Amino acid sequence: MTTSAVSAPRGKGMNEEALRKQEVGEQRLLLSLATPALLAVVAVVFIPVGWLFYLSFMGNDGQFSLQHYAKMIEYKSYARVFITTFEVSILTTLICILIGYPLAYFLAMLPPRLAGFFMLAVLLPFWTSLLVRTYAWLVLLQKNGLLNDFAISIGLWDTPLKLVHNLTGTLIGMAHIMLPFLVLPLYGSMRKIDRDLMQAAANLGASPGQAFRQVYFPLSLSGMVAGSLIVFVLCLGFYVTPAVLGGGRVVMVSTQITAILENQYDWGAASALGVVLLVATLAILFAATRLFKLDAALFGKH
Amino acid sequence: MRWLNRPASDTQITHRDRLWLYVVAAIIMLLLVIPTFIVMPMSFSDSQYLEFPPDHWSLRWYEVYFESSKWMRATVTSLQVGVLTMLVATPLGTMAAYALFVSGHRASRAIFTLLITPMIVPVILIAIGAFYAYGRVGLNNTITGIVLAHTVLAAPLVMIVITSALRNYDLNQERVARSLGATRIKAFFVITLPQIKFSVVTASLLAFLTSFDEVIIAIFVSGGSNATLTKHMFAALRDFIDPTIAAISTIMILVSTTLLLATQFIGKRDKR
Repeated sequence: MTTSAVSAPRGKGMNEEALRKQEVGEQRLLLSLATPALLAVVAVVFIPVGWLFYLSFMGNDGQFSLQHYAKMIEYKSYARVFITTFEVSILTTLICILIGYPLAYFLAMLPPRLAGFFMLAVLLPFWTSLLVRTYAWLVLLQKNGLLNDFAISIGLWDTPLKLVHNLTGTLIGMAHIMLPFLVLPLYGSMRKIDRDLMQAAANLGASPGQAFRQVYFPLSLSGMVAGSLIVFVLCLGFYVTPAVLGGGRVVMVSTQITAILENQYDWGAASALGVVLLVATLAILFAATRLFKLDAALFGKH
Repeated sequence: MRWLNRPASDTQITHRDRLWLYVVAAIIMLLLVIPTFIVMPMSFSDSQYLEFPPDHWSLRWYEVYFESSKWMRATVTSLQVGVLTMLVATPLGTMAAYALFVSGHRASRAIFTLLITPMIVPVILIAIGAFYAYGRVGLNNTITGIVLAHTVLAAPLVMIVITSALRNYDLNQERVARSLGATRIKAFFVITLPQIKFSVVTASLLAFLTSFDEVIIAIFVSGGSNATLTKHMFAALRDFIDPTIAAISTIMILVSTTLLLATQFIGKRDKR
């Protein structure tokens, strides 16, 4: 474009300049269409979160201080909260991979039409209120709940097990809620795998198991990593399910934040925890996208 | 049972070898679907405990729900907030998606990332941030406040749906209209919008659902006479298991299932 501007006669060059200006003007005009959405995000997310950031560095005397962050290192109760948060997030992610991989593989092997039908099993819970699903698990897992009754009636165990208001219940509920976030990107990446590669592997003498391990599985990894990452990061900040199914015994960062606000009304301490949660989330996302070049996989699906 | 011996894939695997996979997948799918739907029969129980299957069927808990002014007011609030969020987030998200997709400005990728940050920032943080900021400007416990916050959550979803619709659409059609004298605005409404309308409808249904099902922001910034259904449900769950919740859950499941099936049905119509 620049070379043609140089070699073109003077008149055309001037015209081109005007055209270019008009195009830039038009681009700006178009971009201004995004302003209302941008203003809303700034008003509801950027300014308030920035405010919390500021509050987290304010001591109780109104001066700049690191006391809220210092407390996190000093007190053991904070360390326990962080450990619980990571423990729950990692375990949930692992459960989702264990359950989600066979399911995604099954769906990816079906003809697209049939897969679309069975996909409803993933999508229906996905779009059902999280609160409703958490409630359902509360009902199922209670002491006199359906699961205990059923297991006792077929003789799996004799006395009702404590399945809820503890880590077990939290993990069951969270895995159920997070599974679609893993299955959808994983299924997407499995669908993209060229079937000819599996035939080629078979032709070259690979057993089905070998072909799966050496060809299919490595190719499905990008979707699996993307899905696990989404699940893990969502788990870090999860609130409703641990609050209800954990019954106060599974204290994660998010439940701790609300506890601090409810009991002590200490905005500095709550904000500092929130800032740590945000920084951890962004750092993990950033590192992972760098490591695995996940941009497309993460934002292309769902 | 002949089909069992037929090949199931491009390698030498037969359906018989795959049987374990089918069984495992079936169990997982049942585990995904059953827990949600088992609440429905339980809501028709006559007992004050949740039973499955119920000994005596009755509409008792639906009566409690429909006769309680607290639940009714919360339901109206939730519907109101959901519809308003849909009406605000859909045009906002569509405008932004169109602008960023068409302009090709080098800043558009960065703006897109900014606009979808609400999907990345933990919702608990948005909730307490909004609660704090709203406290300063008097937006807590107002419909405006909750609609604004829900709009920010729903707009990214709208943007993603509309952007993918625009990818499947040939923008040259709009160029042709403009070269024939239509303004850009007219070209959009006459040429582009009719061709992506099903995606716009899908996006708006998703925006409604996002708001209707949202819990955490609602817990913090809604309250008083403007408390949402989810806020009351959450409070009830923490105290004791009230079968009324099963009745409300059943209604919510019906709402989201209907809307989801609608989007599945509608969503495919734009892409011929």
